[in-house]
Amino acid sequence: MRIFVCLGNVPDTTTKVTFTENNSVFNNTGVQWIINPWDELALTRAMELKEDTGSLVEKVTVITVGTKSAEPTIRKALAIGADDAIRIDAEPTDAYAVAAKLADVLKDEDFGFVMCGIESCDYNGFAVGGMLSEFLNLPSVSAVSGIEVEGEKVSVSRTIDGGKEIMSIDTPFVAIVQKGISIEPRIPAMRGIMMARKKPLNVVEASNAEILTNHKSFELPQPKPPCKMIDPENVKELFDLLQKEAKVI
Amino acid sequence: MEKNKKVTGGEFIVKETEAKDIFIPEEFDEEQKMIAQTCRDFLDTEVFPNLDRIDQQEEGLMAELLTKAGELGLLSISLPEKYDGFDQSFVTSMLAGDVMGAGYSFAVAYSCHTGIGTLPILYYGNDQQKDKYLPKLASGEWKGAYALTEPGAGSDANAGKTNAILSEDGKHYLLNGQKMWITNSGFADIITVFAKIDNDRVLSAFIVECNFPGIVFNPEEKKMGIKGSSTRQIFFNDCKVPVENLLGNRGQGFRIALNILHMGRIKLGGNVLGAAKYAINQSVQYANERKQFGLLISTFGSIKHKLAEQVINNFVTESAVFRASHNIDQYVEQNLEGNTKEKTTIDAFAQFAVEAAVLKVFGSEVLDYIVDDNVQIHGGMGYSAELDVDRGYRDSRINRIFEGTNEINKILVVDTVLKRGAKGYFDLFGEAEKAYKELVNLSGTAEPEGDFYTEKKQIIRNFRKIALFLIHTASEKFQRKLVYEQEILNNIADIIMLLYVSESSLLRVEKLENIKDAEQIKVYKDIIDVFVYDASGKISKFAKDAIYSFAEGEVKDLLVKGTNCYTAINGVNTKEARRRIADKLIEDNKYNF
Repeated sequence: MRIFVCLGNVPDTTTKVTFTENNSVFNNTGVQWIINPWDELALTRAMELKEDTGSLVEKVTVITVGTKSAEPTIRKALAIGADDAIRIDAEPTDAYAVAAKLADVLKDEDFGFVMCGIESCDYNGFAVGGMLSEFLNLPSVSAVSGIEVEGEKVSVSRTIDGGKEIMSIDTPFVAIVQKGISIEPRIPAMRGIMMARKKPLNVVEASNAEILTNHKSFELPQPKPPCKMIDPENVKELFDLLQKEAKVI
Repeated sequence: MEKNKKVTGGEFIVKETEAKDIFIPEEFDEEQKMIAQTCRDFLDTEVFPNLDRIDQQEEGLMAELLTKAGELGLLSISLPEKYDGFDQSFVTSMLAGDVMGAGYSFAVAYSCHTGIGTLPILYYGNDQQKDKYLPKLASGEWKGAYALTEPGAGSDANAGKTNAILSEDGKHYLLNGQKMWITNSGFADIITVFAKIDNDRVLSAFIVECNFPGIVFNPEEKKMGIKGSSTRQIFFNDCKVPVENLLGNRGQGFRIALNILHMGRIKLGGNVLGAAKYAINQSVQYANERKQFGLLISTFGSIKHKLAEQVINNFVTESAVFRASHNIDQYVEQNLEGNTKEKTTIDAFAQFAVEAAVLKVFGSEVLDYIVDDNVQIHGGMGYSAELDVDRGYRDSRINRIFEGTNEINKILVVDTVLKRGAKGYFDLFGEAEKAYKELVNLSGTAEPEGDFYTEKKQIIRNFRKIALFLIHTASEKFQRKLVYEQEILNNIADIIMLLYVSESSLLRVEKLENIKDAEQIKVYKDIIDVFVYDASGKISKFAKDAIYSFAEGEVKDLLVKGTNCYTAINGVNTKEARRRIADKLIEDNKYNF
């Protein structure tokens, strides 16, 4: 069985976010790019499944929509252990276009399931996984926090309010995964890094998916107002501020 | 870079280098960056969350961390593939050392294991010794250490009293003696131990497994810093070492020790970079949070001055470290024919002994400066043990002491240059005499002119001339007794260090012109402006300190005139330049130069 893991190339979570061109374009000067953390956890789980001699998973392929600048991120995934990679050569503009371009490549591939992080830490769209399954005309399970391969069947678990839901699903399908799918991302070892350069990274042309949205502008959160100190005895002032100014009570 | 341009250690003292011929950190490839990131991830996940446990020397923790680093392959980056290593360049191992350098006590344990704990066997071991020990050291299954220092033999390593006598059956050496300040000794499995066989005047080296009979370890030393690093005394009482564990030839120990120290010194120059960058990040992040008088302290000129100085000092050290590291790779590549890689690599360390000593001294002083100002920027919180700022301050101090004290290394800088000159590695004395003779025709000041790089190169050329005319006159005056004039040697060493570091950083910025855009390059030029301006003032003082201590009459006047002339440079608005450097750091909220 082959697993595909969709990778997002996103700015490091400590990046100081700024915009150019009248707050309409993200300023990527000096930005360090990383694997989207949810996708990285998906990859970790995929590797665990492949390493589990009891599972039928034989191959893990990472796939991303991105320009050449995304290749260091893809190589990191290969260093972590993915067997090969596909880069769909296009700017990842919006969720619809990304999902459509992924689907156009994946529809010709044979796989057990595709794993997507539930969201990306740049635009937090929560949209690619669902759209992808629709384009592929496959079932999908969202917010997956556990996945086991049992013969041809796959068992997935979801954290639900107050408990856990476990279900069995036939392959192929799309698993939209959240935190909990694996504990910690893996650090690429030296051997993995050395092997990464020898693994195939196939660049394919992107299909002409429609771009349905455009960024008009971005707005940064307002800086936090200074902390107000209130005399511990003055409960009335605290109450008034919480009620009238903060409007939380 | 021209691959085949012959590189010679110490030659910078007489010869200029072009920007295209040096390696700069901005040229790391994707793989090297990934290795660096793995080191960072390792520190973030395994080391930083456990700093207190490490410093409390929790039983087994440091050894476990080294084992985990071994599982990631980080203990064998530069070892040959046949011993389960990854055969990476020296530059790559220096990059890993740079990043790991931020790891406080772990950095010391890592550096010890991968450097002096492993490499003596790689460079001097025979095939059987390498086959037996290197794979275990590469994986981290065994931990390595190195025992040279004794109570009566520190900087004077050859004065060691530990001795080795061949047993009657000729199968063992019996080691007797005492070693101290042995890093990693609390958990090491093998130690390279130096001892004199019979009544030899020179040392030999032995691979000693810690389970050999007759070894006793003292309890852990109580130290000012690097508290998590294991440091013990070791006693050898008729310790039976099999004869096949003699490392190299009998009497080769001192040579082994010296060459391993050359390697250790340049590696220390790399280690301090990671620690320095970590401290700078702490400084700027605190300054960007701490408010006084209603303003962030990062808006104050005094704090900006400190932040800028931290950046400048780290940037220039880094420039020199990677220039020299790449030179070592180049030397190995150019001299491999007919030699093993191990032999050529150890030759390369010896070849670049001057640069190694420069980097050891300069780098450790820079780190001490940076961690000191890190405390100062944090104010009371810096003095508190609540943050890690005090830990960085305490841990830094050892760098000026181990791998040969800075005092020994400064003398080594000049002494090695003189010896290289005498042996004809480069035309030291010819160039030195030329620099002296040029002084006669000097008139007024020689303020450099031209565009940025032309002007700065002229200034650095003048730094070189000052070093050279001092070498000429001091050598003439003291002849063989110059070695006893340590204060003068220190003055000359300080000038040589500033020359090497100034030139390395200027060439780096010149090369950066091809990588950065016109707007980005400005702040790098600010770094050069301030550093070279400061260096000029310092060199003027160092030179005059030397001149007034030994020169007389007309010679003295000539040397002072030359110093004045060569250090007269165009003024720089260092206040504004430092503010611009600090502003970038403050804006980025981390070291990103």
